[in-house]
Amino acid sequence: MTAAHSVERFAGRWAASLKGAVAPAMTRAELDVFLRGLTEQLTEAMRAEPFRPELGRAVGKALIDAHYRDASVLNRTLAMLGEEFVTELGDVIGDGADVMNRVAKLHGAVAEGFAIELRNTVLAEQETTQRAALAAARAAEERRRASEARFQAVFAGAAVGIGVVDLTGTVLEVNDAMAGMLGRMPDEIKGRTIAEVIGPENIGQAYAEFGKLVGGEIDQFRLETAHLRPDGRVTRIDLSMTAVRNRSGTPDFFIGVAVDVTERRRLQNRLWHESRHDSLTGLPNRTLFFERLEAAEQPIGLCYLDLDGFKNINDSLGHDAGDYVLRVVANRLRKSVEPDGCTVARMAGDEFVVLIERCGSPDRVAREAEKMLAVFGRSVEFDGEQLSVTGSIGVVHSALVGADPGRLMRAADVTLYQAKAHGSGRWERYDPARGERELTRHSLATAMPAALAHNEFLLHYQPLVALADSSVRGFEALVRWDHPRLGRVSPGEFIPVAEETGNINALGQWVLEQGCLQARRWFDEFGIDDLYVSVNVAATQLRQPTFVADVLGTLDQVGLPATCLQLELTESAVAGDTQGALLALRELAAAGVRLAIDDFGTGYSNLAHLGRLPVHQLKIDRSLLASSRRGEVVDPAHDKIVAATISLAHSLGLDVLAEGVETTPQADRLRLLQCDGAQGMLFGGPVPVGEAAEILARQTNRANSA
Amino acid sequence: MVATRPSWAPEGVDMEVPSPARMYDALLGGSHNFEVDRRAAAGASRLVPDLPKVALSNRAFLRRSVRFLADMGIRQFLDIGSGIPTVGNAHEVAQRAAPESRVLYVDIDPVAVAHSEAILAGNERASAIEGDLRSPSELLADPRVRSAIDLGKPVGLLLVAVLHLLPDADRPHEVVATLRDELPVGSYIVISHLSSASRPEAAAQLGDQARNQSGVPIIFRPRDEITTFFNGLTVIDPGVVELPLWRPESEADIDEEPGRSLGLAGVGRKDSPTS
Repeated sequence: MTAAHSVERFAGRWAASLKGAVAPAMTRAELDVFLRGLTEQLTEAMRAEPFRPELGRAVGKALIDAHYRDASVLNRTLAMLGEEFVTELGDVIGDGADVMNRVAKLHGAVAEGFAIELRNTVLAEQETTQRAALAAARAAEERRRASEARFQAVFAGAAVGIGVVDLTGTVLEVNDAMAGMLGRMPDEIKGRTIAEVIGPENIGQAYAEFGKLVGGEIDQFRLETAHLRPDGRVTRIDLSMTAVRNRSGTPDFFIGVAVDVTERRRLQNRLWHESRHDSLTGLPNRTLFFERLEAAEQPIGLCYLDLDGFKNINDSLGHDAGDYVLRVVANRLRKSVEPDGCTVARMAGDEFVVLIERCGSPDRVAREAEKMLAVFGRSVEFDGEQLSVTGSIGVVHSALVGADPGRLMRAADVTLYQAKAHGSGRWERYDPARGERELTRHSLATAMPAALAHNEFLLHYQPLVALADSSVRGFEALVRWDHPRLGRVSPGEFIPVAEETGNINALGQWVLEQGCLQARRWFDEFGIDDLYVSVNVAATQLRQPTFVADVLGTLDQVGLPATCLQLELTESAVAGDTQGALLALRELAAAGVRLAIDDFGTGYSNLAHLGRLPVHQLKIDRSLLASSRRGEVVDPAHDKIVAATISLAHSLGLDVLAEGVETTPQADRLRLLQCDGAQGMLFGGPVPVGEAAEILARQTNRANSA
Repeated sequence: MVATRPSWAPEGVDMEVPSPARMYDALLGGSHNFEVDRRAAAGASRLVPDLPKVALSNRAFLRRSVRFLADMGIRQFLDIGSGIPTVGNAHEVAQRAAPESRVLYVDIDPVAVAHSEAILAGNERASAIEGDLRSPSELLADPRVRSAIDLGKPVGLLLVAVLHLLPDADRPHEVVATLRDELPVGSYIVISHLSSASRPEAAAQLGDQARNQSGVPIIFRPRDEITTFFNGLTVIDPGVVELPLWRPESEADIDEEPGRSLGLAGVGRKDSPTS
């Protein structure tokens, strides 16, 4: 049996005895090798002379280093180093008398080494652990400090106000920006409650919202509040409060972010004010006036004032004088009626309106109007000159007109013009009987531009026939208005309104275009190249500098030969000294456009004048034929006039067409008088475009079958 | 103005609460721990006297599984929930088998990480970082992980004795699935987990004690909940088994009594893309 074999066997048994002791480092195979080494060391210690305790201590240390630290390990190891050790390894370690003595010394050395190393290891590990804990704590502290530094940078440097509030509403922290907004030092605010930050008008709402925030019903609220600073100034603050919740979801604290919106609000207010006030007089402008009117408490009284002859002041003394007068008048009006709770507004130019809310009776408005007129009792001094200024006032009350603001304003406007018509420097009360008519006229005038855009107008066509064979030679285009509310409005109503308001130009152009377009369609459809459309032209149209160009341009655009268009003008339109009109007519006639004088016989009927005009046709007014309306009874005087007119016209080279022909005898008589054409119920009234086309179709068929 | 820390700012490291990493070290007879950890470990050991052996078994399983992965050619290891790297840790085993092996330890406990850094000082291929297993995508995207681990090559992912620290609310199965999806094909996932499978009563007692006294919840999961961690993976023989029975080196190395281990363990390999 070799020594190595003995060592291996002893180490194996040693390993078995350590089974179950906690040490994670080695497998059983590795442990066997490890303990074989230790066994060698132990035998060496036994053999050494003198005895070397450090070899024993090294074995104890090695166990600890191999992570065998349990007290039971030492216990089991020392148990192995007894009888068994001596018996198994006797050959190597000898068996002299002092063997047991040496074994005892070895026990002491191993135990000492084990204990010393265990103590060192534990102290070292504890040291490492403490250091690791410290390092971790330091790293955490460092991280927190960095995050805090970042927070501080944001907190301190932010342009917005930031504050931290605890659950009771006490302010814990505020930054400089927040303190600045509140007009205090940060330390003055810490410890106070939000009640001292929020203005009194919002405090109830703020506490209600804050309660919901604390209760977890909401995560954020926002309000705008006015804070009274210690220096007496008021800061408007847009404040939002947000809950910062911990891991369990309950709020730890709240962050308030505040923006100073004082300037923004001031600017908004100024912009609002500027957009609603007149820069010259400082009075409310029409925008604000209409807002007030819409919101006004009934009943309402209105005084619509217009300065008399203001244009003269501007024209003779310049606009500075005009502006000055307006400012003075505005001021006086304001002083006169504002104390009564009235609103004075400048509507435009020299027009002012006074709004009287909760105006008990029409007499109250009259009293205000009197006060307003009294303003003009004093003259206005400008540049050393005493200017006497007067105004006229239209007075309305909602009891007479109704509450609708638009109607009230129109009624006031109409009444103002009536007051002006009756002389300057007076006020006039709204007259319902007259006003109604005027209001209708007014509403037609204002509706007309939109009506044109919305295609509310349409044309009807009345046949113009040759008396010789009763054939249709042309159509007169007659404009109609299908008003969405008023229904079919008669031309007698809206044409005068259009002429007064200047809308006639646009309307006339529309009729011209539509008439030409229709003529072109018929031209294409029926191939009648001498069919013409006759379009009425108002005096103001004729005076438009662009009139000739408009007509010729339209023909060109539509592609209609000029000879297929006839323009009807009233005698008065071409009467008088209208050189421009004459030139225009010559130009149109030269281009081939037919010209007719409408309603002949109703005006001066100056044939001599007509002879100088490039006119092709006279249209005799229906009034000259009226007497023959009832059967064959002929009014001799009218008949002579008609006969003379026809004969004279022919002598001047003009065609004659009789309007309003209703009976066959009338037609027969006109034929006898050599009248060329006719128009009237006998030959067909004005019809929609479809029926006109049918008339043409029938005539074409007859002609073809003949 | 405000120079001092506001009173409402969050706190730092808490030494008053036991840490699983240090408790584990105490169970293994180490002294890298504090009184609070030792008291918690001792309390648990009173309920289940063989608890230190479970720790030992687990350590031995770690050793065997890392050696197995090294034999399979794995050269980079990501050990999440590594705790305090006492003797026989992953980098020792891996680098003994193949010196070029890289190991990155990740733990949520800053003390354990500081500790690891002290132990790993001078080892260029092993390092430790603080990280949270509950945010797996963020963890894998961490530049410190990217510089240590090449996600283009197979990885040995060690989830040893850590998943039982995640309650269901932390969705541990989703965590493992996310990691699995982001690892390249050929990677291994090593899992050991405390289980109620063999000794439900002991497991229940320990679970209650952990929850109520030490404040560190430990979830003893039934066997099927542990095997589902390996979904999408090829489970290596002998499968998901009791800790000491996973490829033991010899009969003599089995410290726990078979059939009574409180831990289950297994290794899975990703053989095909999972997402």
